[in-house]
Amino acid sequence: MTLDMLLMKWNYLIVVILMMIGLYIVMSRQNLVKKLVGLSIFQTSLFLLYISIGKVSEGTAPIIIHDGGHHTAYSNPLPHVLILTAIVVGVATTALGLALVLRIKDAFGSIEEDEILAMKTADRNEEKSS
Amino acid sequence: MSFVATHFPALIVIIPLLMSVVVALLPSAGFAWLLTLAAVTASFAAALFNMDQIAAGAVSYHLGGWPPPWGIEFIADGASMLVATVVTGLSFASTLYAKALIENEIPEDVIPRFYAAWLLAIGGLLGLVMTGDAFNLFVFLEISALAAVTLVAMGGNQDRRALIAAYNYLVIGAIGATFYVIGVGFSYAVTGTLNMADLAIRLPQAEAETAVFVAFAFMIGGILVKAAVFPVHIWLPAAYGYAPSAVSTLLAAVATKAAIYVLARVLFTVFAGYDATSELVLTWVVMPLSIAAIFVGTILAIRENDLKVLLAQSSIAQIGYITLGFSLATGSGIAAGFIHIANHALIKGGLFMAVGALALAVSGRVTIKSIKGLGRAMPITSTALLICGLSLIGLPLTAGFISKVYLVMALVSSSLWLVTGLVLISSALSVVYLWRIVEAMWMQPRPSGGKIAENPAVYLPLWLIALANIYFGLDARAVVDASFAASVSLGVGGS
Repeated sequence: MTLDMLLMKWNYLIVVILMMIGLYIVMSRQNLVKKLVGLSIFQTSLFLLYISIGKVSEGTAPIIIHDGGHHTAYSNPLPHVLILTAIVVGVATTALGLALVLRIKDAFGSIEEDEILAMKTADRNEEKSS
Repeated sequence: MSFVATHFPALIVIIPLLMSVVVALLPSAGFAWLLTLAAVTASFAAALFNMDQIAAGAVSYHLGGWPPPWGIEFIADGASMLVATVVTGLSFASTLYAKALIENEIPEDVIPRFYAAWLLAIGGLLGLVMTGDAFNLFVFLEISALAAVTLVAMGGNQDRRALIAAYNYLVIGAIGATFYVIGVGFSYAVTGTLNMADLAIRLPQAEAETAVFVAFAFMIGGILVKAAVFPVHIWLPAAYGYAPSAVSTLLAAVATKAAIYVLARVLFTVFAGYDATSELVLTWVVMPLSIAAIFVGTILAIRENDLKVLLAQSSIAQIGYITLGFSLATGSGIAAGFIHIANHALIKGGLFMAVGALALAVSGRVTIKSIKGLGRAMPITSTALLICGLSLIGLPLTAGFISKVYLVMALVSSSLWLVTGLVLISSALSVVYLWRIVEAMWMQPRPSGGKIAENPAVYLPLWLIALANIYFGLDARAVVDASFAASVSLGVGGS
C-alpha cells in the first residue's frame, strides 16, 4: 500500500490514530477522570469508523425528493442509526464513570490511581492485623 | 393463549426490562422486591414454557414483525433457551435470597432503584442470550454491564474498595464491548448485514478475507474480556468480591455465563464458514488460556483469605473449564461446556449465597479467620455451603461431578491425554481451598459466643440451590440432554 492510497483513506487513518490515543490514555494515566477522557476518545474513533463505512462516494442524504431527483446515489443510513445508539451507550458509560469518580473522591479523598491503590493495600493490611 | 405464546421469546427479555422502570418509581422497598420477584418469576416461567416449545424445532421471533435479515431477530433454539433458563432460574433464586441481605446492606431509600438496576442487569443478560442480531447484542451487552457496574458500586456503603472495583469493571468492560463493535463494523462493511445467521452465510462469500479476520479477532477479543477468560479476567475478582452479597450471587451465577454463551454463538454460528480459522484459534489460543485460567484461578484461590474474593478467583478457574470444553470444537466438548454453564451457575450461586449468609453473622469481611467455628454455630448454612463446595470439586452424587465426567469424556474422545491429566490435577488442587474453609469452620474453636440465629429467608433459597446441586447430580438427564441439544443447534453436534 502506497502513501497515496493511505492518504486517500485519510479518514480511516484518523480512526486508527484516535483509537490508539484513546487506548493509550486509558492505560497510561493515573487520574481516573483522564482515563474516562481516553475511553471517550476511544469510543469516538469507533463512531468515525462506522460513519466512514456508510459513506458512498458522491452520495447524499437518503431523502427521496419528488421533483425528478438529481441524486441517484445515497449514503447508507444504517451505520448512522447504529452509531446514534452507540453514542447513547457512550454517554451512559461516561456519565456512570464520572458518578463513580465522585463517589471514589468522597471515599478515598483522591482520584489518583496510585494513591488509591496504596490506600487499598492499607485497608487489606488492617484486616489482616485485626 | 396462543397469541401470548407466540411472543414468549420476547417476553422473557421484555418483562424484566419494562418492570425495572416501574420498580424504580415505587416508594416502598418491600413492594419493590415483591414486584421484582414477580417479574423474574414470570420471565422464568416464560423461559420454561419456551424450552418446551422448541422441542419441535428452533423458533425465530421477529421483533416488530420485521423479517430478518432486515429486522432484529430473537432466536429460541437449544443453546439460547438452555442458557436463558439457567439465567432466569438463578435470577429467581437470587432475587428470593436478596431481600434480607439487601435490607441489611443498602440504605432503604435507594432499594427500589437498586432493584431497578437488578432487573435491568437480568433483562440485559437475557437479551444478550436471545438476540440473533450482532449489533443488538452489543446494546444488551452494555445494558447489562452498566446495570451490573451500578450494582457492584452499591457495595461502596460497606467497603470503599467496591467503588474501585466497579470503576475498573466499567472501563475494562467498555473497552471489551467497543472491541466487539469494531469487529461487527468490519463484518458489516464486507457483508452489509448484521443478522447472525445471515452473516454466517455471507462472510465466507466476502472477497476481503483480511477484513473478515480483523472482524473475527476484534469480536472474539472483546467477548473474551466480557467472559473474564484469563488473562483479561482482572476485573472479576474485585468486582464479585466487594459487591453486596446478593449482587455477587447474581453476577457470579449468571453474568459471565451469558458472555461465554455469546463466545460460543459467535465462534460456531457467525464464523461457521471459517471453521479452519476458528479451530486454529480454539486450539492455540482458547485452549492454552483455559488451562492457564484453571491453574491461575485455583492457585490464587488457595492463597486467598477473603472468602468472597476466593470464590471469585475460583470462578476464573471454573470459566476455564467451560471454555476448555468449547475449545475442543466437538459435539461432546461443547455439550460439556454447556453442562458446566448450568452446573457452575448452581455451584457458585449457592456458595456466594452461603458466604453472604455468614457475612450477616460476622462483623467486617468474611475471611478464613472470621469464620472460625461457625460450622457448629450456624449448622444450617454451613451444611449447605459444604454441599455446594463438594459439588465444586466434583464429588460423585453432586452436579459438579456430572460436569467433570462429561468434560473428561470429551477430552478423552479427542485423545488429549495431557489436558485430561491437567484437569484431574486441578480438581485435586481445588480440594485445598475448600478444605481451608471446612477446616476453619468445623475444626477450629469459635473465639466466643454460642449458636447464631439463622434467618429462614436467607437459608431457604440457599438450600433450594444446594438441593438442586444434589438433584442434578443424581438425575442429570435434563441438563445433559439440553446441553447436547444446545451443541446440535450451534451446528457442531452429532459429530
